[in-house]
Amino acid sequence: MSNVMLVLIVLGLGVIGFVLGRGRAMSAAGGDRRNLHSLPMYYGANVGLNAVVPAMLVLFAWLIVQPMVINSSVSGMIPEAEIAEGSNLSLMMSDVRRVAEGLDLAVGQGAMTEAETRSAGEDLDGLRDNLAGVGVALGSDITDSTFAAAQRYRVLAGTGHLWKTIATITASLIGLAVAYRMTSTTFRARNVVERGILMVLIAAASIAILTTLGIVLSLIFNTVEFFRLYAASDFFFSLSWNPSFSGRGGGSELGILPLLWGTLYISFIALLVAVPIGLFAAIYLSEYASKPVRAFAKPLLELLAGIPTIVYGLFALLTVGPLLVSVFGRDGALGVDWMQGGTAVMTAGLVMGIMLIPFVSSLSDDIINAVPQAMRDGSLGLGATHSETVRQVILPAALPGIVGAILLAASRAIGETMIVVLGAGAAARLSMNPFDAMTTVTAKIVSQLTGDSDFASPEALVAFALGITLFVITLGLNVFALFIVRKYREQYE
Amino acid sequence: MTDATHGTPLRNKGKSILEVDARTKKRNAAEARFKGYGIAAIGISLFFLVSLLIAIISNGIPAFTQTFVNVEVELLEEKLDKNGNRDIADIKKVSTFGYKPLIENAMVKAAEGIETELSDKDLSKILSASAAAILRDYVIANPDQIGETVEFRLLTSSRVDGYMKGRVVREDLARDKNLDAAHLDLIDVMVERGAVERVFNWDFITGSDASESRPEQAGIGVSMLGSFFMMLVVLVLALPIGVAASIYLEEFAPQNRFTDLIEVNISNLAAVPSIVFGILGLAVFIQFAHLPQSAPIVGGLTLTLMTLPTIVISTRASLKAVPPSIRDAALGVGASKMQAIFHHVLPLAMPGILTGTIIGLAQALGETAPLLLIGMVGYIATNYPEGVTSGFLDPNSAMPAQIYEWAKRADPAFYERAWGGIIVLLVFLLTMNLIAIILRRRFERRW
Repeated sequence: MSNVMLVLIVLGLGVIGFVLGRGRAMSAAGGDRRNLHSLPMYYGANVGLNAVVPAMLVLFAWLIVQPMVINSSVSGMIPEAEIAEGSNLSLMMSDVRRVAEGLDLAVGQGAMTEAETRSAGEDLDGLRDNLAGVGVALGSDITDSTFAAAQRYRVLAGTGHLWKTIATITASLIGLAVAYRMTSTTFRARNVVERGILMVLIAAASIAILTTLGIVLSLIFNTVEFFRLYAASDFFFSLSWNPSFSGRGGGSELGILPLLWGTLYISFIALLVAVPIGLFAAIYLSEYASKPVRAFAKPLLELLAGIPTIVYGLFALLTVGPLLVSVFGRDGALGVDWMQGGTAVMTAGLVMGIMLIPFVSSLSDDIINAVPQAMRDGSLGLGATHSETVRQVILPAALPGIVGAILLAASRAIGETMIVVLGAGAAARLSMNPFDAMTTVTAKIVSQLTGDSDFASPEALVAFALGITLFVITLGLNVFALFIVRKYREQYE
Repeated sequence: MTDATHGTPLRNKGKSILEVDARTKKRNAAEARFKGYGIAAIGISLFFLVSLLIAIISNGIPAFTQTFVNVEVELLEEKLDKNGNRDIADIKKVSTFGYKPLIENAMVKAAEGIETELSDKDLSKILSASAAAILRDYVIANPDQIGETVEFRLLTSSRVDGYMKGRVVREDLARDKNLDAAHLDLIDVMVERGAVERVFNWDFITGSDASESRPEQAGIGVSMLGSFFMMLVVLVLALPIGVAASIYLEEFAPQNRFTDLIEVNISNLAAVPSIVFGILGLAVFIQFAHLPQSAPIVGGLTLTLMTLPTIVISTRASLKAVPPSIRDAALGVGASKMQAIFHHVLPLAMPGILTGTIIGLAQALGETAPLLLIGMVGYIATNYPEGVTSGFLDPNSAMPAQIYEWAKRADPAFYERAWGGIIVLLVFLLTMNLIAIILRRRFERRW
């Protein structure tokens, strides 16, 4: 019985519970709903929820715990000596799982009988072909212990599956029966159901916490694993980034500094583009522009914010990069040989700056609008021109908020991925030339993890250490920015 | 009055007040300059927007047309069905290689009367490598047509297509072993004859991705389905969870540490870089839960977590906009708090919630970085999902991932596809945002 089927059965029991509960309440009240504490619907809902919720919890817990238990029980069967060079236990275990799944599939499709799977251990090559026939291709050869482990895996999974079904349906039936027995005219069904709904609401709200926890834990566990294989001091202070792809472990230099340099350089250029343009756009829109101009220009600016970053990435790679080369490249318009290829810090920084303009401008716009009108009137009344008012009164008053907006934009720039993956290049280097190709933390996370399902080598695990660095930096910037903005708001409200 | 002003030394003494002095001039010039900076800033931003749009449209539009050759192919019986018994198993034994001579013959016939230095064998280089497979599929589907002459519309190779679109010029072909300038002369004549034409290419919108060597065949249809299934997951999970969380935080949550913790978490999650969500998806859904890699369901789950803060923030805003009098009135006639919210507040807040959800979905649809990490790139989406389950669980690509994949490939013919893909993606985003705006205009209530 598949899990979907099981869920459907439990839901079916829930519906039956609803009808039964409602019927029992109505009959207890003698057919007159005024004799009941709550609306009849609530009695039905109470029984239905009792039939569904505990059963689902049991099922959910079982689905999480069962693989853990089976894994730990089966992985003991694989002898240390058999783990091949360049492999590890988790890879072996995934082989075991695939063999087991393949056997299930073969039985399911009728390619093998149950008896054949038991004797398949004598002809492992034949088994391999059989499994390939049902669409399970195995990377390595099946060894005796793998096969034995796979058999054990199947047995345990089968038993677990049976008990899971029994436990879930029993939980559902017990819930149904208990709630059904409780149903009487004085039972406060509405209060119980509403408390249940409140629990669901709280659970939904807690997902935010779980997500953060998930991010932090997955980053920390893998980073600790990484530091076990690679010295933390080398990671943080080494000046070169040079991962080796051939061998496992040795020979890789994984220093974060060149990546951080690239990240900060690109973000700096992006802010150099976005902050003046965004700020002046915001000042013009909120202080000078007539209503129609504002109504026309503001949505257009925000359109820039709605464009997906992949579009900006492609724009950088295929339009801005070649354009810059034609100006700053070898045979360019300026005749200077500064730029070797289209991907460069300048390319990515410029395009990222364009992306950040609406971000800076709409945040600054809000902040400038929040400066009280009395301050403007006072300044203008003293004879200051409009621009003097803006420069000497409004901007100083709005400064903390604007700094906050710039910090938020910086955090965006540091975390931006697609533009740098496509526009900044892949070479990690420490250079001052903005027309050189450099790479960033995010771009390296992508290149170290893409298409890699093996998380055992330091070359893959380093991505998690990069991720946690990125997470900490952006989180710090955000918290700091929000702190500044909030402090500023208190001044005027 | 006159006495008072008489004694004070006037800077403007002897000058008309209608004449501006140097200092005022300077201040006014500064004022004009400052205003000019503002206009320049707006102008530059709009210039960027316009050049971005021009780049997208001018580069992307060619992807929607494709060059085809109309040829009459004689499906020779001695090549395709030697025994003459139309046994489908025998016909299937003929590989695409066996169809090559048929195509060569057809091309020779199509080029009849045109003077060219090309050998007969080289003529078929004009065609895409997919031609033989198309013929084979046709014959297997219609075995009774063997022996007849059937007219086919076959794709040309990407270089011929590039020539028709002005991307490939004769000079480029000097070092190209796939095509000669003589081919292009031939094409010119065939265009005049009407045998070669450029038509709208539905296959780009509905088709599947093709291997690296056949850009002319690649389409975005399959990855569109991948995106669709992902958005389905996001909608089904993020909307109810987001609404439930917002209701709790806005209507029920007491002022305590736990509530604060949730609030801080939500506002921080909204600012976490999207790539970090990709790492989360990789570690939790693939590494820990062993869900299939590259599957839309994993992409959907990851994007759900990313979209949740957006939906929560907009839902809370629209719940807040419902005036307290509605709640008070419901409570006053004896509704419980839960009833007041679910029966009265929530329906009134629904348009705002839907608008926020659509905008969140549009954001998720265009998001690429997390998809790179969960393996939706590098996978060549050549097969349509077989059904709903396979749509969720089988490896697929998604529109932005597909665009990235094309942008990474070596053949410049794929760049055109990438720009075209962006047009398709932007059309979707624009439609979703328009729906959101219309919803807001149509149903938004001012209290």
